Amino acid sequence: MDRVLQSKINRRLTKDSAMKWLFGAVVAAVLGITFFLFYGIGADGVGRLNLSFFTNFGSRFPEKAGIKAALVGTLALMAVVIPVSMFLGLCSAIYLEEYAKKNKWTAFIEMNISNLAGVPSVVFGLLGLTVFVRALLLGNSILAAGLTMSLLILPIIIVASQEALRSVPDTLREASYGMGATKWQTIIHVILPSATGSILTGSILSFSRAIGETAPLIVLGIPVIVQFLPTGPLSTFTALPMQIYDWAKRPQPEFADAASAGIIVLMVLLITMNGFAIYFRNRSEKKLKS
Amino acid sequence: MTTTLVRPTEDAKLRVMKNENWTKAVYETNGLNLWYGTAHALKNIDLSINEKEVTAIIGPSGCGKSTYLKTLNRMVENVGDVTISGNVTFMGNNILGKAMSVELLRSKVGMVFQKPNPFPKSIYENVAYGPKIHGIRNKAMLDMIVEDSLRKAALWDEVKDRLNKSAYSLSGGQQQRLCIARCLAVDPEVILMDEPTSALDPVSTHKVEELIRTIKNDVTIAIVTHNMQQAARISDRTAFFLNGEIVECDRTSTLFSTPTDERTEDYINGRFG
Repeated sequence: MDRVLQSKINRRLTKDSAMKWLFGAVVAAVLGITFFLFYGIGADGVGRLNLSFFTNFGSRFPEKAGIKAALVGTLALMAVVIPVSMFLGLCSAIYLEEYAKKNKWTAFIEMNISNLAGVPSVVFGLLGLTVFVRALLLGNSILAAGLTMSLLILPIIIVASQEALRSVPDTLREASYGMGATKWQTIIHVILPSATGSILTGSILSFSRAIGETAPLIVLGIPVIVQFLPTGPLSTFTALPMQIYDWAKRPQPEFADAASAGIIVLMVLLITMNGFAIYFRNRSEKKLKS
Repeated sequence: MTTTLVRPTEDAKLRVMKNENWTKAVYETNGLNLWYGTAHALKNIDLSINEKEVTAIIGPSGCGKSTYLKTLNRMVENVGDVTISGNVTFMGNNILGKAMSVELLRSKVGMVFQKPNPFPKSIYENVAYGPKIHGIRNKAMLDMIVEDSLRKAALWDEVKDRLNKSAYSLSGGQQQRLCIARCLAVDPEVILMDEPTSALDPVSTHKVEELIRTIKNDVTIAIVTHNMQQAARISDRTAFFLNGEIVECDRTSTLFSTPTDERTEDYINGRFG
């Protein structure tokens, strides 16, 4: 038929399949690297995952070292981070999205919040050191670290919550106002229930960031070897990433195994939280559909 | 003339004090002008909406008919930069004044929108929403209101076995009738309808029109419509809007048979719009 057109089409088809192979190869490479990472950590760390690893405190002797203090410390840290950052983040997002007039000022504020999300975590560590540890005399406590971590993830929570609120259709707001509902009634009965899924998804992902952050803790002067459990919010503590960091830099190879075991615990914690995020997202999507 | 307004109370029946010079017209509009920024959207509107009648508002796109409707429950202010002058009274009360609480006004004046907009809640919760936000907590009372409203909206038989299913499981036409039931649940004096059937198929449209004919014994209805046959079928009076002005307003039969203005005649005969 048309030879010229046929040869042009053949060239396009070649390019088509070349692109398919390129994308496939990239995915395979990424999966391969991840697999080796997990395999290495798993092979080194699994042997250390026994009960005494969870019940022992840190130690100079690698075989006795455990993550009791670090695990409890991380959970205590999250007990401060989750309520503080959720409260501040959600209130800010609701104000900016539902109450504030859209003008240059709010645009300026929103731009700055987005920029804050990109500030390196070590800078937040310095802020926490100056304000919470020194000025407010909180010391290197759970409260000081929790407040610092809350500030660190606050911009992410605000942006995610704003997006979630914005995705609630205006027709629902109109329906509610049209019934004589006040702004607050509309927010609490219509807007928030529709936005909860996305708000939780965004927030939980940022909590997992807070769990894994190390730099701010180092700047705040959080100790590594702690031989007691925290007694209250003003108690000092250590956290999983600090403990892993410390073990990883020690010369004895047995400590490297302990670090791998610690990483496994941290990963399980993160995957569990992300699992919750996915669960909440699916549930809210289902609720909207059926 | 002083008006006394009752703030929303726990009381099921929210009452607006009827003003002494209130007559048959539920809404009186005199010399209403409205600007979006600098765009003059409504020009010197004079119009009355009579009790227990269906008033249709027709006109081409952008003639201000929806804007006028949204002025009647002050939803127009949510659009943004809006300036309003003139006088609109609802049962003798100036609704544009600072003293008017929009929450009270809107609990007496329901609104049905162009696209069905049920809440992402169960059918029951959709209808119970209005009574609940106005303070009714009694379950038996709510059950009664829900059933009564759904019956009035001719939806009860279709949904009585699945009240706890999501409102989104209903068809578009059923959703729109659910929205009407949701309005009826707060026992309004007026329902404003902004092209309620433009997103519906002919069968659903017919059902909504049937519904309008039955509920007009209880409530006053103002309906904006693109569809002139619809206006002719269901309304008692019709107002024809063009470029932000009222060209003509009369009994529907009169307006459609012997329009006095040439522009009305051209519009209803399909020569423009």
